[in-house]
Amino acid sequence: MDFKVGIIAMPGAALSNKTGSFANETPVFKHKTCTGCNLCIYFCPEGVVYGDKKTKIYDYDSDYCKGCGICAEECPVDDIEMVLVEK
Amino acid sequence: MKQVLEGSMAISDGVRMAEPLVISAYPITPQTHIVEHLSQMVADGDLKAEFIMVESEHSAASVVLGASACGVRTYTATASQGLLYMEEVVYNIAGMRLPVVMTVANRAVSAPINIWNDMQDAMAVRDTGAIMLVAENNQEAYDMHIQAFKIAENQDVMLPVIVNVDGFVLTHTFEVVETIDSIEKVREYLPPLNMEYKLDVENPYSFGTLGEPSVYMEARYNLYNAMNFSRNVIIDAAKEFKDMFGRFYGGLTDSYKMDDAQTVIVAMGSVLGTIKDAVDELREAGKKIGVLKIRSFRPFPEEEIVAALKNVKNVIVIEKAICPGKGGILSVEIRDSLLKHKINSVSVNGYTLGLGGRDITPKNIHDLVARAEKEENVDGEFVGLSQQYL
Amino acid sequence: MLTKEETHNELFTMGHTGCSGCAQSMSVKMIMEILGKNTIATNATGCLEVFSTRWPESSWKIPWIHSLFENSAAVASGVEAALKAMGKKDGITVLAQGGDGGTADIGLQSLSGMFERNHDVLYVCYDNGAYMNTGYQRSGLTPFDAYTTTSPSGKESFGNQRPKKYMPEIAMAHRIPYTAVASAGYPMDLQKKVKKAKSITGAKYLQVDVPCVPGWKYEPKYSVKLAQLAVQTGLYPLFEAEYDKIISVKKISKKVPVEEYLKLQGRFKHLFKDDAGRAEIEKIQKIADENIERFGLI
Ligand SMILES: Cc1ncc(C[n+]2csc(CCOP(=O)(O)OP(=O)(O)O)c2C)c(N)n1
Ligand code: SF4
Ligand code: SF4
Ligand code: SF4
Ligand SMILES: [Mg+2]
Repeated sequence: MDFKVGIIAMPGAALSNKTGSFANETPVFKHKTCTGCNLCIYFCPEGVVYGDKKTKIYDYDSDYCKGCGICAEECPVDDIEMVLVEK
Repeated sequence: MKQVLEGSMAISDGVRMAEPLVISAYPITPQTHIVEHLSQMVADGDLKAEFIMVESEHSAASVVLGASACGVRTYTATASQGLLYMEEVVYNIAGMRLPVVMTVANRAVSAPINIWNDMQDAMAVRDTGAIMLVAENNQEAYDMHIQAFKIAENQDVMLPVIVNVDGFVLTHTFEVVETIDSIEKVREYLPPLNMEYKLDVENPYSFGTLGEPSVYMEARYNLYNAMNFSRNVIIDAAKEFKDMFGRFYGGLTDSYKMDDAQTVIVAMGSVLGTIKDAVDELREAGKKIGVLKIRSFRPFPEEEIVAALKNVKNVIVIEKAICPGKGGILSVEIRDSLLKHKINSVSVNGYTLGLGGRDITPKNIHDLVARAEKEENVDGEFVGLSQQYL
Repeated sequence: MLTKEETHNELFTMGHTGCSGCAQSMSVKMIMEILGKNTIATNATGCLEVFSTRWPESSWKIPWIHSLFENSAAVASGVEAALKAMGKKDGITVLAQGGDGGTADIGLQSLSGMFERNHDVLYVCYDNGAYMNTGYQRSGLTPFDAYTTTSPSGKESFGNQRPKKYMPEIAMAHRIPYTAVASAGYPMDLQKKVKKAKSITGAKYLQVDVPCVPGWKYEPKYSVKLAQLAVQTGLYPLFEAEYDKIISVKKISKKVPVEEYLKLQGRFKHLFKDDAGRAEIEKIQKIADENIERFGLI
């Protein structure tokens, strides 16, 4: 059996763990008033928000978003809204 | 080259020949001379290594752990309280399969505080997963350190090796030691450490992960297997050393005057010198007696012990550590090895002596030989207690 | 521009099992963005270690090692020594990480040793004010009057009886080249400090305030808000020091009464029951005011 078992993991192997299933709520990026401040990217504890300062189009990866609501709470112009996940 | 060397000097010189890149230690009697010598070697440029003088043994072991995980050869040394203090890290080094080599200058454990020799400290780490070798004299200590790196770094072993040397008896005593002149020859014996998995920005693995119930047992089983496998590696390292440097002390065990022996004394470490002298006298007096030396305490040399003892009548085991609530340690393991092989004709007598630096004299040995003939399966009884303090 | 694919390549990846809203994972992400791939990290036992490396998974894309609870700084010392011995230290940052418990309590000795020897290591303490990984027990960095499972409030107690230990000043007492305090609530400030630390050779200490959802007992969406309130009340002064001298402080833009901060957290709930609790809140206000005075936060 392999010597690495239980003690050594491959870089970034956690990507196989789709934590999106934790979420009760998910954000909706409205693309209306966004100023491209990037705060939603900074503050997302999972690092699942992506987007572009120039086009001001931001979105998130539902495979991993845990629905904490920080992005919506912190968006200075209320351009993100949390909605319940239908389960 | 033949030199008269203090044990600590012989050990440091053996370590120097193995060219570790990172050394870290914290002083404790009787290990101090070893790290002092090594510091001086680094200061003089005779050893190119980072010497990290830390604030505790826990950190000494942690520093070599971190360095070893980067794929470099590392060394530390300690004793007694220091070993107990680093025990948590020793388990961790073994669990992470890092080939650290360390010397333990065996010393009693407090309380009462006592700086002199016995093997209680070593017994406290016997289940850590570290390979545990025991040297008999300064020459063997020198050679054993070079072998230790080769054993630890074997790709199928990858475990820490502890070289036990009796505190003061070896560390502070001068003996003639033949040192190796050619570092090239040592490099040939001990090629550079080559670790497949290490902390490296080009191949960024994560070490020391959380092993859940689904995988923890398998990880421990792998360690267990590696320890078992190391038996062959220890023997091969000794044989290869003999081929290159001419000296040999046995593989996992060694025997002395064992042909036709009916009584056998089993022991580890420097006390073997006294025992062999006593056995010479007893042989002259016509007694069929021999000595079995344990060179590797972990892995335990079960097969060698059974082969050596199965036809003898009486075994005397010198216990230099105790297991309160049970009795002996070494004798229990020997008795178990024999019984496992369905041999119950041998009386295995463990006697506790030499704790906290009390001398083990030739007279002690003669007395035990006489006693053992009348007793059966003694379980670590104390020998030579001073009645006035009881 | 950051695409969805690129988020998967971050050095601290998604897929970890931290709580929803965890400010510790938020901070790690911000720190790793600055330190970059030529970083080797050590990690003390604690939440971060557990939630980021559940074998065979790992969120780390840099070489990373966890050994024990109290030896992150010593393991990092060994990593640095090995890199030096191999002649490979140039261009590589050694990052040591620990929680407040692993740093200021059980790991204080090994951290002090690392500082003393002035290893070229950046030590980051993720301060969530308790032993969160083992279920919210108090640490030396638990704030005054906070409820934890081992400093519970009750008829005879308002929670943690002692003030938070001033760990950054312990770091400064070692005369290391750089000490800084930052907060998950102020990413630019945090990243500026990480950048500065990265540029300095020698031992660096960075303590980051990281709100903890179940430990502090609040709704996950308030992690950033709480981190900001801790600063704006004066309870968590952010500053930088070189050796023993403070060289900058983050000024409070609008002073907020501590009550605003406390009332959002279940760990201070017991202070809002009666007059005796009010008196305790006054004591906490005094701590904040003293900080404001001492660090010149206004
Ligand atoms: C020597 C030792 N003592 C105790 C523990 C149990 N333990 C593991 S993590 C932890 C608390 C961690 O608290 P902190 O360092 O603040 O990190 P957090 O989990 O809060 O991020 C404790 C007490 C341990 N693993 N090792
Ligand atoms: S809800 Fe939380 S996890 Fe999801 S995108 Fe927003 S900040 Fe990230
Ligand atoms: S926080 Fe709001 S305004 Fe800022 S980038 Fe995100 S969506 Fe746009
Ligand atoms: S317990 Fe606190 S620190 Fe730990 S993962 Fe959850 S939020 Fe983060
Ligand atoms: Mg904590």
